[in-house]
Amino acid sequence: MSQPVLLYPSKPEKVYLFGTCLVDLFYPEAGLAGVDLLEREGIEVIYPQDQTCCGQPAYTSGRSDEARAVARAQLDLFPGDWPVVVPSGSCAGMMRHHYPKLFDGTDDADKARKLAARVWDLADFLVNVCQIKLTDTGEPVTIALHTSCSSRREMGVADSGPALLQQLNNVTLVEPAKVTECCGFGGSFAVRHADISGAMANDKVAALKQTGCDRFLSTDCGCLMNLTGVAEKQKTGLAGEHLLSFLWHRTQSNREA
Amino acid sequence: MTETRHDIAHQGHNSAINFQPQVKSALANRQLRGNFDKAMTGLMHKRSSAFADWDLDALRDLGQAIRQRALRQLPDLLEQLERQCQANGIQVHWARDGDEACRVITEICQQRQAKTVIKGKSMVTEEMELNAHLEQRGYSVLESDLGEYIVQMAKETPSHIIMPAIHKNTAEIAELMHTMTGVERREDAHYLTDQARQQLREKFMQADVGISGVNFAVADSGTLCLVENEGNGRLTTTTPPCHIAVTGIEKVVPSLTDVAPLLSLLTRSATGQSITTYVNMISRPRQPGEKDGPEAVHLVLVDNGRSDIYQDDELAQTLQCIRCGACMNHCPVYTRIGGHAYGTTYPGPIGQVLMPQLLGLEQTPDFASASSLCGSCGEVCPVRIPLPSLLLRLRREAVDGDKTRPSTVPGHGSKRSGLESLIWTFWRIVHRHPLLYRQSTRLASQFRALSPKRLGGWTRYRSAPKLAKTTLHSAMNARSGRQKP
Repeated sequence: MSQPVLLYPSKPEKVYLFGTCLVDLFYPEAGLAGVDLLEREGIEVIYPQDQTCCGQPAYTSGRSDEARAVARAQLDLFPGDWPVVVPSGSCAGMMRHHYPKLFDGTDDADKARKLAARVWDLADFLVNVCQIKLTDTGEPVTIALHTSCSSRREMGVADSGPALLQQLNNVTLVEPAKVTECCGFGGSFAVRHADISGAMANDKVAALKQTGCDRFLSTDCGCLMNLTGVAEKQKTGLAGEHLLSFLWHRTQSNREA
Repeated sequence: MTETRHDIAHQGHNSAINFQPQVKSALANRQLRGNFDKAMTGLMHKRSSAFADWDLDALRDLGQAIRQRALRQLPDLLEQLERQCQANGIQVHWARDGDEACRVITEICQQRQAKTVIKGKSMVTEEMELNAHLEQRGYSVLESDLGEYIVQMAKETPSHIIMPAIHKNTAEIAELMHTMTGVERREDAHYLTDQARQQLREKFMQADVGISGVNFAVADSGTLCLVENEGNGRLTTTTPPCHIAVTGIEKVVPSLTDVAPLLSLLTRSATGQSITTYVNMISRPRQPGEKDGPEAVHLVLVDNGRSDIYQDDELAQTLQCIRCGACMNHCPVYTRIGGHAYGTTYPGPIGQVLMPQLLGLEQTPDFASASSLCGSCGEVCPVRIPLPSLLLRLRREAVDGDKTRPSTVPGHGSKRSGLESLIWTFWRIVHRHPLLYRQSTRLASQFRALSPKRLGGWTRYRSAPKLAKTTLHSAMNARSGRQKP
């Protein structure tokens, strides 16, 4: 049946940040930008140091025992009722939609369901919970956005990226052809089916390049790593950045910077 | 691709599908990629405009509910269908598998002393390789759907379940028809269609038996619904003196009222049409005083693995499929490699879910993993088959090492390898122990200059990812230190 309507909470005092392993290792600046944006909205951000990975790599490889073991280690890190915000659609999707299935029938089923209901995509959270108002302080720039398939189809928050970027007066947002099509990342798919994944990624980079944008943004580090990797290998000169990093850098007043 | 039906059959039964090399050659074929990209892009647009004025979510909910309700009552509905058909004068046959169905059909042909058979489009007959079976026994078999006609002429298999010859462009078809039938080599779809129509028209008149598929079999009235656009289905089922309808057992629905919403979904999802040019409702052979129609109508109900799939509540959702092909039209993998690369009767997402259950996971080792799990297939499926979830389920089935968990999926556990298990065990240990995780990730970023520049398939198309100077854990630790001295 169709997905139930999401009921956003009112703006909280505090949130937990689940940083995700890709942000942790490859794009910490995206996580920090998320923290900065949330703090500027007056929200205290708690980052439990014991967090590791949501378990998705094992889960999508069919290794549910390993996925459950790692996911279980995250379940107790977010006590209380504060929302858990995630700077990645696919990790948020894993926690919100797959944790209840992964723990179904286990002793942790209830805990997993309760945590899942508190998980939000960070960009969506900024738009719909914080109702953030952004003031552009940057030079005119043309931007293409690649929204991840998990943000779009699993979390249903594809509107949040454009909603944030449209607040920036000097940003022209351009749309690549076949905007809803996957970039070809898909985790282990990019290695197991490297040629298909490569063909998809090449097409996506070509579509982004075709827009004539100055740079492209993504809401997910998997897509970002995939597309910047292709753009760099092909020496296209096309640069990519996480949406949150871009937003933070564009909206600091001289005083803050 | 020049594989014959027989090669595919041989491959399917004896050794694993050779997916990876077929993918490589498909991706390297610019013509083929262009043909698919153009055709599938067009189909996606047509579908979305066809549903523009509909509450599609509600209609899909209804489609899902109808199919799920029908499947829950499947055994009863099948018996009801049999009784109703028999009461209408349709002879009903049951076939456990494809071979048995082929035998049943051959026997009917023998009884009728038939020589020539004409066929409407039917994927279940592709599944059981009926043409090869009949031809080996001396029958002349002719496909009458234009796409199937082309594919048969080229000695290929369908590359799409709705548009069998979609991998070919007009120039390729013109060349093929010129070589095989002697018509002018003209790159003109209208001309070629006209020629094929003339060639086929004669054959309809001569055929002893017409064989068709079934889109929906209605249990309470014994009606067989068949949609098509070329009139070949109407001719196949009415011109020859004997009509044999062949269907998988899952295609049954309780009553005619269930058919209307499913038809709305099927034709719009498949070709973006609000209705097909022909909708055939077949309920009985020719009655005394009637001027046309076959004197005998047979219905062959084929199981061929379906009742095994039916045993598992989650996987039984596979049987909701109404064969519209929207999942393949919208699949970024299918649209790049085309249908032949899969090497099985059903390609694309539904094929990746169905074929491992029919042939076994060991025969289709790459099927469940050949998806980025982008969710497009699940998003467009008119009856809401959760295709990405079912792909995940099959990935689990393929590597599950726990023999105490009962499984109905053939080839359960066949992809479990010692090396991969070791890697996942290592991954689990690191990510279950926060201190070990922090220490190892900190070390990795400190020594990031040593990280590999070549990473198998990843770096064939991309530069290697670069570890950040400091982890988010360290950065957040430093930050909280600053804030709360």
